[in-house]
Amino acid sequence: MKGIVENFDLYAPKLVDKEEYFSSGHRACQGCGEALAIRLMCKALGKDTVITNATGCMEVISTLYPTTAWKLPWVHVAFPNSAAVGAGVSSALKVLRRKGKIADRDVKTVSIGGDGGSVDIGFQAISGAMERGHDMIYICFDNEAYMNTGIQRSGGTPYGASTTTAPAGAASVGNKTWKKNVPAIMVAHNVPYVATACHSYPFDFMNKVKKARKVKGPAYIHCLAVCPTGWRAGSDTCIKLGRLAVETGIFPLYEVENGKYNITIDMPKKLRPVDDYLKLQGRFRHLSPDERKTFQELATLEYNKILNNVKCSKSWSDLKG
Amino acid sequence: MTKAKKKWPETWQECTPGLMVFEPASARSYKTGSWRAQKPIWDNTKCIKCGVCYLFCPEGCISEDAEGYFMADLDYCKGCGICYHECWPRAIKMVEE
Amino acid sequence: MSKRIGMEIALAVAEAAALCRPDVVAAYPITPNTHIPEHLAEIVAEGHLDCEYLPVESEHSALSACTGACAAGARVYTATSSQGLLYMYEIIPIVPAMRLPVVMALGNRAISGPINIWNDHSDIMCVRDLGWISLFAANGQEAVDMTIQAFKIAEDHDVMLPILCNLDGFQLTHVVESMLMPDQEEVDKFLPPRKPYAAVHPDNIVSMGTLGLPEIYTEARMAMNEALMNSKKTIYKVWKEWEQAFGRKYEPISSYKGEDADVLMLTMGSMGETASIAVDQLRGEGFKAGMLNMKLFRPFPADELRAAVKGAKVLIVTDRAIMCGGEIAPVCAEVRAALYDEPVRPAIVNEIIGLGGRDVRVEDFVKMFKKAASADKVKPEKAFEIYGVRSS
Repeated sequence: MKGIVENFDLYAPKLVDKEEYFSSGHRACQGCGEALAIRLMCKALGKDTVITNATGCMEVISTLYPTTAWKLPWVHVAFPNSAAVGAGVSSALKVLRRKGKIADRDVKTVSIGGDGGSVDIGFQAISGAMERGHDMIYICFDNEAYMNTGIQRSGGTPYGASTTTAPAGAASVGNKTWKKNVPAIMVAHNVPYVATACHSYPFDFMNKVKKARKVKGPAYIHCLAVCPTGWRAGSDTCIKLGRLAVETGIFPLYEVENGKYNITIDMPKKLRPVDDYLKLQGRFRHLSPDERKTFQELATLEYNKILNNVKCSKSWSDLKG
Repeated sequence: MTKAKKKWPETWQECTPGLMVFEPASARSYKTGSWRAQKPIWDNTKCIKCGVCYLFCPEGCISEDAEGYFMADLDYCKGCGICYHECWPRAIKMVEE
Repeated sequence: MSKRIGMEIALAVAEAAALCRPDVVAAYPITPNTHIPEHLAEIVAEGHLDCEYLPVESEHSALSACTGACAAGARVYTATSSQGLLYMYEIIPIVPAMRLPVVMALGNRAISGPINIWNDHSDIMCVRDLGWISLFAANGQEAVDMTIQAFKIAEDHDVMLPILCNLDGFQLTHVVESMLMPDQEEVDKFLPPRKPYAAVHPDNIVSMGTLGLPEIYTEARMAMNEALMNSKKTIYKVWKEWEQAFGRKYEPISSYKGEDADVLMLTMGSMGETASIAVDQLRGEGFKAGMLNMKLFRPFPADELRAAVKGAKVLIVTDRAIMCGGEIAPVCAEVRAALYDEPVRPAIVNEIIGLGGRDVRVEDFVKMFKKAASADKVKPEKAFEIYGVRSS
């Protein structure tokens, strides 16, 4: 029997906005989770949006001059600066609206980037933009390596994954550390809405995007994006792998509203073993039983940290004193 | 911002300033359907019209017909197989091209 | 009505920028241009300017935010120097390639290695070839005037390119001079609000910063460079309009007693004024010296240079940066290239002066003139000289 499917009304897909703001004809790989996530994100955002995009898979496959797959206003400048460009766009839209130079209605700035352009080289720009409190959403599409340039290791690469710059070998397990916890860093920046999401839970993701859009200030979403090419898995396993990442507790889906943590989906009573997830991906194939055990321990630890936050965190409004 | 069809590749005078692209969704001129090795076929006797296949297609090339059944636009379908994999009632099967 | 003010030039430049009603200013402080972003922040904080001021976390983000804001249709301004310029280096070529009219003040400062906060032109020489229009102010009045002119030039739909307004760090930025400051009404009349060619907004959907395959990259770069070369027309047009509005004349290369000079000296920036005192002194002694001050560096005014040096026997090109590993210094390399095909051309002497803020006095310029006087008869030993370097 197929794996657990999220509890949503099976007929809800028909209520989703039919407009395709991210058109067919883009050059993403077959079965690309990130392209799917972008497509869903746009449906949740609607037409009054400006996208700033870091250099990466999505930018490259969607805007080969003279065509563009975007049906939203879009700007790309460089690799590390999507959030800084977004801060500029957001500020410009604010002041131009105030001066009556553009239409008097809310247009949201949404800055996107891969884990490369967000967790590593783009980190400074996100930190600065979120700290200054610009009215914008930052969405990191995390496929756990620099996929566009050929699967190099990033700060989002999990323990034990083999990438070209941290390859598995006789003297190495592959990547040596767990993922950098950017959502926690965003909470520390006092970002009022922070969430993790995955395209395999489309309504959870789209609801979070809609919530982020309503925030009058910064919001951050960290979306796991399955990359069958880089993770060395079948192109049809995109949705399944996202589900397994969640059901094993490796990538819990939660949101942090004004400092209060909440898990946003019904998690299975007993988490699935990480092996169910690892065995489907070539990037983990080399792991020994001991290394898989280490992976399980790291995943359990990180998941328990989130559960602890859910239990202990208080909304900032309650902490005002 | 001319709407006239320019021949590719353009001359330097024909390039838009800054290589800006003013036609949204113009990527549709590139038919990614040529990439696939297999294509999805729907069995409408099994289809429950849930729309999950439409939702999960990374290309956004699956659409609903007048009766509420679904099919892929073969100009763009890359044959990834996600729709087949996610279809509950197994109404979709992948067929070699 | 313009008012005569006595003010630190950096503050005056900030005032001039504020008069241009920028919509967004994103800047990061770095000595010696810091007073420009600081004063602008003050003007905004006091409510004198309706502007979104972004105290960004780095220069790279400063130019990135300016690019984003400009792409969204705003009039933008920023300022930096030296290492700050180098930190935003990655974004520098992207702005003109995207045809976005960002205006940036560059308080010229030496680039590091060793760290040095004082004035020379090594920072601008790092970015001269990346597609920005480059103006050089020789004094405070020019710095103020060029700031306002820059917006008009950059935003013209025939140009749509970013502009660097160079002013010497400390030598100009921190010096108090007497200047005529236009008033808001005069500036509003000269400089209407920006009408962007395109802007990212849902009412007119556009994708900016697309990918250029090998089939098109060459053409895209040519298109941008042609726009830069052709911007001369607009620059001269704006300068004419400025002269009509404010009575001050601007030309790409100004001449001080250069018409009948035997020995000419080419300068950029504030050192030209010191050199002109040397010219007066030498003329008093019967030495036919002349000084040329280049105010437009990019696009390079080759025709005007060739015309300006006609008749001179010797041309001293002063450079304020080393072109490491090269046979000559940067400005001189361009001058030689411009004069190479001339059947009659002056002998060229290249003096690298004032590196890292080292003072160059009137007597130094007098020495340079006198030493170069016989260069047309006796070829100088070396292609270039670092003037005044102590050597054991």
